[in-house]
Amino acid sequence: MKLAFQLAYRNLIGAGLRTWLNVIVLSFAFIIIIFFNALLQGWNNQAKEDGIDWDYGYGHILNENYDPYNAFSIQDGHNLIPETIDNAIPILIQQGSIYPEGRMVSVLLKGIETDQNVLKIPTEKFKHSTANIPAIIGKQMADATKLAIGDEVILRWRDKNGAYDASNITIIDIFNTTVTSVDAGQIWLPLEKLWNMTNLHNHATMFVSNNEYQVKPLVNWEFVTQKALLKDIEDIIATESIGSAVMYLVFLLIALLAIFDTQVLSIFKRQKAIGTYVALGMTPSKVVSLFTIEGTMHSIFSIVVGCIYGMPIFLYLNQSGIKMPEFAGDMAIGLDKAIFPVYDPLIIGLTIIFLILASAIVSYLPARKIAKMNPVLALKGKLQ
Amino acid sequence: MIKFTHIFTLLLCTSFVVQLTKISQKLTAKEIIEKVDDNMSSDTQITESDMVIHGKRNSRTITSKTYIRGKHDSYTEYLAPAREEGTKMLKLDDRLWIYSPSTDRSIQLSGHMLRQSVMGSDLSYEDMMEDRELTDIYNAEIVSEEEIDGRNTWKLELIAKVNDASYHKRMIWVDTERFVPLKEELFAKSGQLLKETIMSNITKIDGRWYPKKMNYKDMLKSGKGTDFIVKSIEFNAEIAAHIFTKGSLRKS
Repeated sequence: MKLAFQLAYRNLIGAGLRTWLNVIVLSFAFIIIIFFNALLQGWNNQAKEDGIDWDYGYGHILNENYDPYNAFSIQDGHNLIPETIDNAIPILIQQGSIYPEGRMVSVLLKGIETDQNVLKIPTEKFKHSTANIPAIIGKQMADATKLAIGDEVILRWRDKNGAYDASNITIIDIFNTTVTSVDAGQIWLPLEKLWNMTNLHNHATMFVSNNEYQVKPLVNWEFVTQKALLKDIEDIIATESIGSAVMYLVFLLIALLAIFDTQVLSIFKRQKAIGTYVALGMTPSKVVSLFTIEGTMHSIFSIVVGCIYGMPIFLYLNQSGIKMPEFAGDMAIGLDKAIFPVYDPLIIGLTIIFLILASAIVSYLPARKIAKMNPVLALKGKLQ
Repeated sequence: MIKFTHIFTLLLCTSFVVQLTKISQKLTAKEIIEKVDDNMSSDTQITESDMVIHGKRNSRTITSKTYIRGKHDSYTEYLAPAREEGTKMLKLDDRLWIYSPSTDRSIQLSGHMLRQSVMGSDLSYEDMMEDRELTDIYNAEIVSEEEIDGRNTWKLELIAKVNDASYHKRMIWVDTERFVPLKEELFAKSGQLLKETIMSNITKIDGRWYPKKMNYKDMLKSGKGTDFIVKSIEFNAEIAAHIFTKGSLRKS
């Protein structure tokens, strides 16, 4: 076996440029697979961390009549805050409309405690505000409505009986987040203020729990685990993974096709050598192994070459991150200004094994022909 | 003698007119609203109208035919433009369905969707759903008399007496002779003016005065609001009962 490796190595080096062209193409595929997986892993981690910090906490406790995916459930999806609930902050959600520049924009009004520290929403700003109705919005909402800090805008809402009310609100802060579910079309208000505005005193639509929350059954309320809340992000990443897999599989296919061609060519050109090996006592299967190892060694070379030029690039990207276009934050997919790739050793290991196996298969397929060769004709160099 | 009779008749007539005037002056706000109601409503109505929605850059006109039965049931079919043609809307009591010919489906609007604007106009579906008697929801009083477009009007202030009235306060200007509202303003609980309706082109149809043009304006939005222009109206016309069933929400 050692001899087979030595022979394969010598033959590959001897082939010169042909070998290196194959190796470089294959190394591109190797690097791209690693890069895209790291990019998606980085995006996944960042989206999950941001989701936990800004929206999910350690799980939601939802009113049984409230469905976050059904706007119709907002009107009746709230109830009195249970006395037995600890380590969770209440949020009351109601609907309203604002009129920036005379346009009507439907919004969700979210009342939150001013001294909460479960979510990153900068609610402490409410404490220092003297505005009649202080409001905090996200950057995406601010861009969509062209509102800035200090702006006043008229808000129309309904109280619990359905009577319209309207008043000016003052934007006291604009936060920047990648989590669209707390930003787009939403206005954050102090909970007490929203209770007074809607006459829904001590009511909440949902709670966001912290890490000390003990799950216990609550009448009229349902606990949704953090894992279940993060599933949406995982589903998006899974969809993206399939999309990017198509691209790097095309690269891989081109590289493997080059190895396949090289193998076919070398078997054709080296018929005399094959005949000599057999004449010297090598069994056809050993010769097949030799050629298979020779083809497979392309992948090993490509991994080494890929590491040589890929590692500095990966290290650099790990430090600086990959800049995302300006509009990325508006796409509701949890993208920040830059993504920092995360290199998972398992993914790298699996990629290496996959690359070696794939090149072994494409090397073996043309080499099978050797087993059917007539050694005498091969020695004569006759076409078979 | 003849002269005396004439004078007597004249005196009698004058006394009658003065008496009539006194009666009208003594009308309470509630009675005025009831008279307006009598004038404006009928057992059934068939109306063909244009809804002119004024946008920022241009205006668009939607033509429709509406059948009304009593105070709670109505059926509207949109006739033009081509984009809206065939769309139908059925209201039975507190339920509202919309039929879209492009999907050949009917959906019932409820909750949040009722707050949406009707075809981009300044009217919401919810505004169309309010069918309770004003006197059941509001305490009314006459606050002053004002002149609008050369017509004397009573200015009525209506304050909600129930908790679930959409608008806490309404101001209505009613023509003192024709018992037609000429203007209405709707206010939020905070006193903020939310909507304004101006009625014009008052025409006598079948013995009753009726505004053939109404302009609805969401006062928080910029723009000229939405005009509702009555092209033809029939009072107490016969309407087949099947019109007010879900079966009418199909492709015609």
